[in-house]
Amino acid sequence: MNKSELSNKLKHFLPAAAIISETEALRPYECDGLPAYRKMPLLAVLPQTVEQLQQVVKLCYQENIPVVARGAATGLSGGALPLENAVLLGLSRFNKILDINPLARTARVQPGVRNLAISEAAARHGLYYAPDPSSQIACTIGGNVAENSGGVHCLKYGLTVHNVLELKVVTPEGELVTFGSAALDSAGFDLLALMNGSEGMLGIVVEVLVKLLPKPERAQVLLAAFDDVEKAADSVGEIIAEGIIPAGLEMMDALAIQAAEDFVHAGYPRDAKAILLCEVDGTNEEVSEHSKRVYDVLTAYGASEVRTARDEAERLRFWQGRKSAFPAVGRLSPDYYCMDGTVPRKQLGTVLTRISQLSEHYQLPVANVFHAGDGNLHPLILYDANTPGELKRAEDFGAEILELSVEVGGTITGEHGVGHEKIHHMCVQFSEAELEQFRRLKVAFDPHGLLNPGKVIPQPKHCSEYRTIGSGSHTHSASCSH
Amino acid sequence: MINNDNSKNLQQAVQEARAQQQALLIEGSGSKAFYGNTPAATENSRVLSTGEHQGIINYEPKELVITARSGTPLHELQAVLAEQQQMLAFKPPLFSSGDQQATLGGTIACGFSGPRRPYAGSARDFVLGSRIINGEAEILHFGGEVMKNVAGYDVSRLMVGALGTLGVLLDISLKVLPLPEAEQTQVLECSVQEAISRMNQWAGSPLPLSAACYDGALLYIRLSGAPSAVTSGARRIGGDSLDDSQSFWQSIRELQHGFFKNDKPLWRLAVPADSPAIELPGKQLIDWGGAQRWYIADKQNKDNSYESLYKTIADIGGHVTLFKGAIDAGVFHPLPESLLAIHRRLKQAFDPQGIFNPGRMYREL
Repeated sequence: MNKSELSNKLKHFLPAAAIISETEALRPYECDGLPAYRKMPLLAVLPQTVEQLQQVVKLCYQENIPVVARGAATGLSGGALPLENAVLLGLSRFNKILDINPLARTARVQPGVRNLAISEAAARHGLYYAPDPSSQIACTIGGNVAENSGGVHCLKYGLTVHNVLELKVVTPEGELVTFGSAALDSAGFDLLALMNGSEGMLGIVVEVLVKLLPKPERAQVLLAAFDDVEKAADSVGEIIAEGIIPAGLEMMDALAIQAAEDFVHAGYPRDAKAILLCEVDGTNEEVSEHSKRVYDVLTAYGASEVRTARDEAERLRFWQGRKSAFPAVGRLSPDYYCMDGTVPRKQLGTVLTRISQLSEHYQLPVANVFHAGDGNLHPLILYDANTPGELKRAEDFGAEILELSVEVGGTITGEHGVGHEKIHHMCVQFSEAELEQFRRLKVAFDPHGLLNPGKVIPQPKHCSEYRTIGSGSHTHSASCSH
Repeated sequence: MINNDNSKNLQQAVQEARAQQQALLIEGSGSKAFYGNTPAATENSRVLSTGEHQGIINYEPKELVITARSGTPLHELQAVLAEQQQMLAFKPPLFSSGDQQATLGGTIACGFSGPRRPYAGSARDFVLGSRIINGEAEILHFGGEVMKNVAGYDVSRLMVGALGTLGVLLDISLKVLPLPEAEQTQVLECSVQEAISRMNQWAGSPLPLSAACYDGALLYIRLSGAPSAVTSGARRIGGDSLDDSQSFWQSIRELQHGFFKNDKPLWRLAVPADSPAIELPGKQLIDWGGAQRWYIADKQNKDNSYESLYKTIADIGGHVTLFKGAIDAGVFHPLPESLLAIHRRLKQAFDPQGIFNPGRMYREL
């Protein structure tokens, strides 16, 4: 079926404005938050009701046309990258908060609702939605489910998978099913857990019931400066050993500190080699007690300076520096490439040293911003796509970081997903038998392979090629900057 | 503690079962043999014991992660954690007796969590990774020992509560947490409606709640955390402080409280926490802050039809499990056909020959 035939069929149940087929109008849909990879979709559709969406999916099923779902497209791994032969299914119009139940502490929302909007709506009940990815002002809850997004508070409050109770999902056949329940579990296999982080490969999420938590009585942030990155990394484990689970435990290196300071004037010490932001929350008494103990640990483990936020405004300013670190670093260079490996905390020092050696080798600067509490690194590789060869060098550098993460017992992706970007590196982390199990699992949900095909799970030939050529030598045909 | 890697033998046993088209009934110590449906295959089936596959493979308190073999006795694992002032925060029930000492594998396969569950999270919430044997007799590793990992589908969490129907659990990595510095339980007398509304209201306010249960007359609220926070929380809640908090919650967790001393079938009703009192003939005990209601019916239905119970609970957004006791009813809440179809295909994806625990969860699986 060609584009115009498909478009005509869609018009039977979609208003014309919900079907985008002109090349120029499709341009905004050609990439997600990883603009180095771009492709034009066959068509983009923006249904407004679940029934319309089901009809779109049913039609695609009948005509054997793949479907790529997209929320706010803030994803950083090309998970919502369109395919030339696929319909891009935009969920932006599913933007309603359907219900907030303050007694049960739940919110029922449509998938296109922004992450932060849930907390904003729940605030008047003293409640909030815990996972807070840096993109929370823009990213949608449907995308959060697809990626199992984390954020700066997930060591204590968990990832998306820990904060979602129930999903309404449209299957590739167009049927509406429910995974999970408003109770704390449901009968049968834990399909709810499986949907979180499945990157649009198993079903289309059309409704989400999330858990809300009471806002802590008080939160306090300590900012510690270190003259050595490894010392900062080591003190992270010591805070944990103290029996304290901080609400947030973030680290930034010198380049990231300076960039953030120039950008938002967070009040960071410019001359530090690393800073650690440690937030403790809870009841008033608990926070006083824990702040004191964290202060002592940081001082004992070599912090050159430890500051406690004097008031709420300063606490928010400390966080603003961290939360705007990506765009801040983005100002330093025409392009940057954000990595997302997770490593055991004890390996942080080693991995950071190795990354700085790789940075010299590839002649590309790198800024490190990361969730130190859970070992999730976000090295930002700075490059210029207009300088011939630099993108390739950035990719090769990134590939080495991912392989290093696996080598020290970690993973290629902590929260950004595999998507299109890291599909080759799945061959490093998993054996062929494990990948084959993933493929069979996919078939159980999507027998015809119509949902987001070609992402996340590499085909056997990809891996044999990747393994033969050796790491870091793969090429991509990417050419644009953001 | 025993340290014995039995994975090769277990893998060989699965290979043989495959070749001989045998069914394998997976068992740790047998402590939870009462749970689930009676396996369908009895003629051509044999027990596969994971009991000897024991030991802690890796435990680093500062990483908040422990990896252990499935046959590791749960009480031994918890003792090792306690030495480092840490715990499995979902505090699973053991249901151990005599030789039948709960194992880690059985606990994860059943997906059991104790009274701390609504506040700390469930067994599946703490699973970070696993090594399993699938129906093709392949040893596969999913997830890992790090807190965040979204590479590939979350197969490890899928294994939790799957009752061994998708594979044999070999090793499991779990997130662990520090033991609370202080703990205290407050007891208040109130009606069931009051109990439900208080449990929910308090859970929505910044109190360090770690358990909430109502036994039909008394409401028990446990607080855990920094000593100062527990003291101030207890003041806000009021009532009297319970002398032996630990043994009370143990009796709830292990189903040894007076309520459970009964030969009648025990039903577990998992419902939204704020569901009002459910009118059913018989008695109920409310745990999990309202989200888990234990139910003992006055008498067995004459026609063994539990349709109305299923419907009552489904209508309020919950599901029913026949937790303990033999009657002629399916143990787990019937699934709608659309979900059952996905279950069948998942079973096919992991265990195409139907080797593992056939019928233990649903007849079709």
